[in-house]
Amino acid sequence: MPDWSAYRGVLVYIEHREGIAKKVGWQLLGQGKRLADKLEVEVMALVIGHNVGQLAEEAITYGADRVFLVDAPELKDYRTYPYSRASMKVIHEVKPEIVLFGATATGRDLAGAIATHLPTGLTADTTELDVEPHPSRLLQASRPAFSEKMMATILCKQYRPQMATARAGVFEALPKDPSRKGEIVQIDFQIQESEIAAKVLDFIQDQSKINLEEAEIIVAGGRGLGGPEPFKMLQELADALGGVVGASRAAVDAGWIKHEHQVGQTGYTVRPKLYFAIGISGAVQHTVGMQNSDLIIAINRDPDAPIFKVAHYGIVGDLFQIVPAITEEVRSRKGA
Amino acid sequence: MLHIVVCVKQVPDSREIRIDPKTNTLIRIGVPAIVNFYDLHGLEEALVLREKYGGRITVVCMGPPPAEKALKQCISLGADDAVLVTDRGFAGADTLATSYVLAESIKKIAETWGPVDIVFTGKQTLDGDTGQVGPGIACRLDLEQLTYVQKVVGINMETRRITVHRHLEDGVEVVETKLPVLLTALKELNTVRRASMPGMLRAAQFKPVVWTTQDFPNLDRSKIGLKGSPTIVGRSWVPEQKAANTEMIEGDDVKVKARTLVDKLWQTDLPARFGWDQKAQG
Ligand SMILES: Cc1cc2nc3c(=O)[nH]c(=O)nc-3n(C[C@H](O)[C@H](O)[C@H](O)COP(=O)(O)OP(=O)(O)OC[C@H]3O[C@@H](n4cnc5c(N)ncnc54)[C@H](O)[C@@H]3O)c2cc1C
Ligand SMILES: Cc1cc2nc3c(=O)[nH]c(=O)nc-3n(C[C@H](O)[C@H](O)[C@H](O)COP(=O)(O)OP(=O)(O)OC[C@H]3O[C@@H](n4cnc5c(N)ncnc54)[C@H](O)[C@@H]3O)c2cc1C
Repeated sequence: MPDWSAYRGVLVYIEHREGIAKKVGWQLLGQGKRLADKLEVEVMALVIGHNVGQLAEEAITYGADRVFLVDAPELKDYRTYPYSRASMKVIHEVKPEIVLFGATATGRDLAGAIATHLPTGLTADTTELDVEPHPSRLLQASRPAFSEKMMATILCKQYRPQMATARAGVFEALPKDPSRKGEIVQIDFQIQESEIAAKVLDFIQDQSKINLEEAEIIVAGGRGLGGPEPFKMLQELADALGGVVGASRAAVDAGWIKHEHQVGQTGYTVRPKLYFAIGISGAVQHTVGMQNSDLIIAINRDPDAPIFKVAHYGIVGDLFQIVPAITEEVRSRKGA
Repeated sequence: MLHIVVCVKQVPDSREIRIDPKTNTLIRIGVPAIVNFYDLHGLEEALVLREKYGGRITVVCMGPPPAEKALKQCISLGADDAVLVTDRGFAGADTLATSYVLAESIKKIAETWGPVDIVFTGKQTLDGDTGQVGPGIACRLDLEQLTYVQKVVGINMETRRITVHRHLEDGVEVVETKLPVLLTALKELNTVRRASMPGMLRAAQFKPVVWTTQDFPNLDRSKIGLKGSPTIVGRSWVPEQKAANTEMIEGDDVKVKARTLVDKLWQTDLPARFGWDQKAQG
């Protein structure tokens, strides 16, 4: 067994767009802190971009003991080549024992490149992260397999750092605390624009797109709605609460609502404060995507529907009567 | 003229896999082996690019001998050549070892059929589902890497630059880079064609080129198969659904139930957090 004692600490990559962090970075910082506490080491954040100093400060408020900041004009847009080079520079200097990325398009793109270069093992799309205490200090990175029917723990014994990408919405961020103290370390990184072949010509932000992963209140509907029309009724409840509409795959596959609304294994994993499951039976491929919501309310006419097992409050009955009644009650309570 | 390599993996159709409720193990018997469907979108795009710019398409698969069937399917769709990379020594590979063998194979394909301009992989597979092999190959061959491609806008053959649309969670990125490049394919990229009659006839006769460890004189044995794989699968188990302490809301009619539920909501911190308790303005 090689001697890995120089590798200590947990490093978390903070993904952002134009300086606005994706939630998953803060969630992984929270989980990274839990792992670091068990290992009695620091949790560190990696921020790469241009003019992103405020993000480094924000990382401290979310729990980072130290933040490595790589800031250069060539790093304005995410591009694999300069970002992977900058990340590797930090990893070589800092020697963390664990490095975590969000399992987003960018996180997977970047982590895949870095792990091959280093080289080391990379566990994909994890939903559980734990560590064995000293002396083994092994990361136990667990991920769903075979359409979420099984879970498997992947280990990386012979290489350091141990790397993993992790699904958004699964882990809990620490509460933001402006009084937290931490250190920001500027990393000197030189690269010429002429060395970078890729040019980002444009980014077309999906304006109409609802952001399920970031939503705090979701009112989701399933096959029980019977068609596209009743989603308007869900939208009214969502509007009354300040939330967005989600859906099961059955509703999406039927063409009643767009895929960007889909919650679950092949849709989004969400972690809102409040989740309504309306006319959704509660198949495991759906519940893996929403079971970590803080408060779950299920409405279904079938008292034996499995969704009631994961719900905190359940109402048995006809959704076409219950949903408008709740919307009405919310509106009147708000005193509109 | 372009030389395009398409990486295809034969996978069990994981949608068909069931769990034996008694032993909590996978029931693999009778699960059909299919070409990972993202890879077929990579092949389709290669066919479209060949129609537009001319050139040739070589398909490569690392897998056990029955994976030959996957390659025949690619031939029936119009690929020019196909290579099966197969050896017991390759078994048990994780993504690091897989990308090593595929990168070595692509080097050998370049020696055999000419320099490679574009490599396609799928976005991810149905079984391992990591999406890591594409970036791994790009890295090892020093190719430009554009993942999650939903559209190839075009290639400027003079400047040898390619423009694509990448699909990200929050929008679409238009990006341009130089060849040679590795692209990972999404299903939005195209609609996969059906095999033509001549294609099927050719496939029926077709025998892919087979390469084993013997065919790679410079292969580093410590980087292949189980030995070359840093990740190991430890425990596996069937997850249980999280059971909450469910409280059923009872009531004589809908209004009572709705009111009871909303009362519960108003007892949480949600109204304060989301400003529901502030009387509407004006
Ligand atoms: C590989 C794979 C990936 C998948 N990915 C996802 C995914 O990402 N997300 C996802 O959601 N699913 C996914 N699924 C599908 C999943 O297995 C279920 O088929 C799906 O979630 C069912 O959707 P549903 O609950 O809306 O429909 P159903 O299971 O048909 O449930 C409808 C429910 O509505 C209730 N109902 C009907 N009428 C009324 C009424 N008037 N009032 C009240 N209740 C009523 C019924 O009692 C029933 O419980 C996936 C499946 C596979 C194999
Ligand atoms: C349940 C399970 C979990 C696993 N978890 C991990 C993990 O976390 N980390 C890890 O490193 N390995 C993991 N593996 C091993 C991994 O699946 C294998 O290494 C596999 O050979 C390639 O990975 P993939 O299927 O994820 O491919 P992906 O990276 O998802 O494949 C992307 C594309 O690469 C191409 N490609 C992939 N494999 C081949 C091939 N054999 N021949 C030709 N083209 C190919 C295809 O075009 C494919 O669409 C896991 C395996 C299983 C069964």
